[in-house]
Amino acid sequence: MLRFIIKRLLVTIPTILVVITLTWGLIRLAPGNFYSSEKKLPAAIEKNIREKYGLDKPWYQQYGRTMWNILRHLDFGTSLKYQGQSVNTIIRRSLPVSASVGILAYLLALVIGIPAGSLAALKQNSKWDYSSMAITMLGISVPNFVLGPILVLVFALSLYWLPPSRWDGVLSRNIILPVITLSAVYMAYIARLTRAGMLEVLRSDYIRTARAKGLSEANVVIHHALRGGLMPVVSYTGPALAFLLTGTVVIEKIFALPGLGNYFIQASLNRDEPLIIGIVAFIAITLLLMNLLVDIAYAFLDPRVRYQ
Amino acid sequence: MDEKPRRTPDDHQRVEPALNLRGEPARFAHTNPDPEAIALGQEIAVGEADVRSAEQSEYVRGTSLWRDAWRRLLKNKLAVFGLVVVIVITLASICGPLTIKAITGITPDYIPSNDVKRIKSFPPFTGVSGEFSWAHPMGTDNAGRDLLARVLQGGQISLFVGIISTLVSLIIGVSYGAIAGYLGGRVDNLLMRLVDVLYSLPYVILVIVLLSMFRSQTPRGQLALLFVALGSVSWLTMARIVRGQVLSLKNQEFVLAARATGVSTSRIIFRHLVPNTLGPVIVYATLTIPQVMLTEAFLSFLGFGVQAPLASWGSLASDGVQNIAIFPWQLIFPGVTMALTLFSLNFLGDGLRDALDPQMRTD
Repeated sequence: MLRFIIKRLLVTIPTILVVITLTWGLIRLAPGNFYSSEKKLPAAIEKNIREKYGLDKPWYQQYGRTMWNILRHLDFGTSLKYQGQSVNTIIRRSLPVSASVGILAYLLALVIGIPAGSLAALKQNSKWDYSSMAITMLGISVPNFVLGPILVLVFALSLYWLPPSRWDGVLSRNIILPVITLSAVYMAYIARLTRAGMLEVLRSDYIRTARAKGLSEANVVIHHALRGGLMPVVSYTGPALAFLLTGTVVIEKIFALPGLGNYFIQASLNRDEPLIIGIVAFIAITLLLMNLLVDIAYAFLDPRVRYQ
Repeated sequence: MDEKPRRTPDDHQRVEPALNLRGEPARFAHTNPDPEAIALGQEIAVGEADVRSAEQSEYVRGTSLWRDAWRRLLKNKLAVFGLVVVIVITLASICGPLTIKAITGITPDYIPSNDVKRIKSFPPFTGVSGEFSWAHPMGTDNAGRDLLARVLQGGQISLFVGIISTLVSLIIGVSYGAIAGYLGGRVDNLLMRLVDVLYSLPYVILVIVLLSMFRSQTPRGQLALLFVALGSVSWLTMARIVRGQVLSLKNQEFVLAARATGVSTSRIIFRHLVPNTLGPVIVYATLTIPQVMLTEAFLSFLGFGVQAPLASWGSLASDGVQNIAIFPWQLIFPGVTMALTLFSLNFLGDGLRDALDPQMRTD
């Protein structure tokens, strides 16, 4: 197990370097510059700008300096558009917004998706099963940028129950609509995965044994079936995190939340190179570590899984 | 897939099956020792043989994988619903804009001149002075363009993006997976490790960087860039699926036979192995189309994808969100059309999976 973790971590570090290099390369290969969107600058001023940001040096020196700062001090530099703010400050400020919306959305999806999926599996081929599967298919098919505005239209602009947008801290009513909008897709996926996993487990021998021992149905389901039936949900957590990260990009745009995704879109539009690289690297690191954690959790939950 | 030896109805040298179609042991007249029963037995045997041959010829015709799958698909009501909706929306998207132009003379990018300003952002079925009118069944957008024509044109582009990117992912994914699976060993290890690494990347984020950095000046250039971006990331799962299939097929006799007769490696892969992976590949490709369409809509919604005057459902929804409080139909029509299409494609894909590969069913 330890060997597996070390091996995976050793693969993770080059992967992150590849991601950073790829991002850097994409930004540099593209025509234009971060100051080129403004009106044509006088030659002397352009020369000054190039000198200030080290753009007059050869490309390998610029690349080397960027990488060195990142590897040595985890320093992604200063944002080009948000003057005087380091990338690390921006990430530290915007991360809690994205993380709280994302985590709450995933928790909500688990809380509703798992019982719904289990019930559908326990009452297979019933009306309940068919209707919940149709609803989850709807959840998968309605894009969150359509669902979000429609929820705003109904609950904020027609019924006046909830505020339509803006961030006001985790413990405010503002967070309700973004969380519901973001969690809809995951709820649907988790319900379907739970149903599939439970259907497989409910047919297995150890469930028959548990029933034969005379355990109550609730005991069988909660203590025996759920543990095996939830394995697909556990392995879905890795990819789900990736989609949560991209999902928050849209959610933050719709609800005007000052999160990581919103800053990333702004940085991409502004060609704010240090901020783009910083956010991409941060997302890649989070993603890879979460995937590793999921694999480790998998081995602990399912004794049949062994890693070399 | 090893095909059962096909028997035609006029095959007189038929070997009697040990079990008939109902699972009962076949009764042979000559095994009956009772002489009186022989005549009777033969009569029965003749009668049964007639019935059996009729049944069997039907059975033989029905064993074709595709015919069987098609029959199973037609039994699945939701999949049929999906198929019908997909066909209707595809036809409407292809013929719709031209029909509208023929009837009303309005093209999807027609912006009325300044003196008819009042037609901007008009509700559905409403004329210039607020009366009922068939001129704009979905209303107009905030530049005065007919929303129905734009939704249908958006459908063209959304479906086109979905299909082309899926084809790209098919070509790359199938060849990559088949080569990795068949060659095996070190090559396989290297190729699949690369897929693992690519899998763990936040690819949508990288696509956004790509699209925003190489932002094209022309809408068509941006569309081409979108194809490259979507196609290049959607082949990973396909490669894994095909590799798994090829791994399970490559040790079978027909591959050994091909190798023994001196068929070249590339011919074995593409003429013998790839056709046999077609079932799962078609199923996964059908499910890839809605995924790619969703990603395209997501990118267009953020402003990185399809640009005006071209439209996709994502970019129309993005325009609609700006005015959601006052002109909600500008979001609702493209949004609901898109959701309906994705819903149908997902059901069709699920139905195809159940029909082509009943073992993959989750219930």
